[in-house]
Amino acid sequence: VGGLGLIGAGRARAETLEPNSFEDITSYNNFYEFGFDKGDPVKYAGALTTEPWRIEIDGLVERPGSYALDEIVSAMTIEERIYRFRCVEAWSMVVPWNGFELADLLTWAGVKPGAKYVAFETLYRPKEMPAQRGGSIDWPYREGLRLDEAMHPLTLMATGLYGKPMPKQNGAPIRLVVPWKYGFKSIKSIVKITLTDKQPETTWNMLQPQEYGFYANVNPQVDHPRWSQARERVIGGGLFSAKKPTLMFNGYEDEVAGLYDGMDLETFY
Amino acid sequence: MVAVLNRWVRHVPPWTLYLAGLAHIVWLFWLGETGGLGPEPINALERALGETGLKLIIVGLAITPVMKVARINLIRFRRAIGLTAFLYISVHLLVWLLLDVFLLSEIWADIVKRPYITVGMAGFALLVPLAVTSNDWSVRRMGAAAWKRLHRLTYAAAVLGAVHNVMLAKTWAAEPLTYLAVMIALLVLRLRWRTKPRSGNAGGMGRARQGPEPVGKGMSA
Repeated sequence: VGGLGLIGAGRARAETLEPNSFEDITSYNNFYEFGFDKGDPVKYAGALTTEPWRIEIDGLVERPGSYALDEIVSAMTIEERIYRFRCVEAWSMVVPWNGFELADLLTWAGVKPGAKYVAFETLYRPKEMPAQRGGSIDWPYREGLRLDEAMHPLTLMATGLYGKPMPKQNGAPIRLVVPWKYGFKSIKSIVKITLTDKQPETTWNMLQPQEYGFYANVNPQVDHPRWSQARERVIGGGLFSAKKPTLMFNGYEDEVAGLYDGMDLETFY
Repeated sequence: MVAVLNRWVRHVPPWTLYLAGLAHIVWLFWLGETGGLGPEPINALERALGETGLKLIIVGLAITPVMKVARINLIRFRRAIGLTAFLYISVHLLVWLLLDVFLLSEIWADIVKRPYITVGMAGFALLVPLAVTSNDWSVRRMGAAAWKRLHRLTYAAAVLGAVHNVMLAKTWAAEPLTYLAVMIALLVLRLRWRTKPRSGNAGGMGRARQGPEPVGKGMSA
């Protein structure tokens, strides 16, 4: 498989990455369904029930249907991936995820010719997700990828971290991880996956289109309108740690830059 | 009840506010250094300092309305409240300069390129002359009327600070909008009181008015 060399490169890099502590990763989160503060998810996500969990797969697929999470996971190969995680708010972490490649799931479901994009939806359950009872965001949270991005071997469906089942505040029981994109693309607590031929609507892009693009690739040269993306605060460094330079495509340039050949990354931000 | 409160308040020396503010700031740094502010203490510290500064400005601006409406006289704390707010906001700015951004080139770029930073810096710039003249000597030297005119800048600084706070959120969040709404309400209140027929007194709600008024309309004890 052509992916082998690529994964090898990822692994060589992974050795230099020092994961954040489990404590950091599970106490500093954006999960707006539970509140807008970084500390809200760990406070309120306990109310979320994640069993039973089903994922609806529909649109341009050979085997549409509503699948129990267990059925999907048992057909996949779970591995560990240590990835950089860069938030659009200019902070970053390193997370040892456990999960399977989204490509495997899409192949399992059977992608029909004509599919160009993959759309994702988060659970909508206001009883358990207090901020969904407020009106500032058009719930459910939605995200999307171009099909080639979705099929990329770095794109992960994560079911855990540090070898433990996915903590609720991090998007239990299953979430997307796209390490070369800003964190908001990595949609949490997924209940629906749709293969489509049109670019799907995505939550942050719908809210503030001039600030959050569909692509949202990590790019130190394209600033957010309200802050610089050139550097990032590494979480866990304490009061006196300096920001570090942000890497193009969050350090995954060799692996993914080819996906965007010929595209103006300032236009398609 | 109000009389008791007013009497009790007279026994609290205003300098205790400076001490409390300083102690709280030291406490916040200590929390930040020991993990008490979470995994990202710099931003948490900036927020805690900035928000406390905003809250103190609200308290300072609310002193006159509270006296008019509830007859509670906290006027002797106003200077200490204002200066303590300035202390918080100065440290907030220092944390941003030294612990957060640090690079000189980026600091300047942020100030001119980032509207929320520009607005925040403008608010801070307005506070400086207010802090510098928050002493008896300056009041005497400038004359009460001019001093009061200058110190109306507090409203502008307050609104800029609240707008700065709204602008830095990723989306419209309830809490920053609440601060802004309270600031605007205080400003509107102030403007309405001013436009009531009371011509000839350039000083606005001067000290002379504040003395007799609470007594004049009787206590709601």
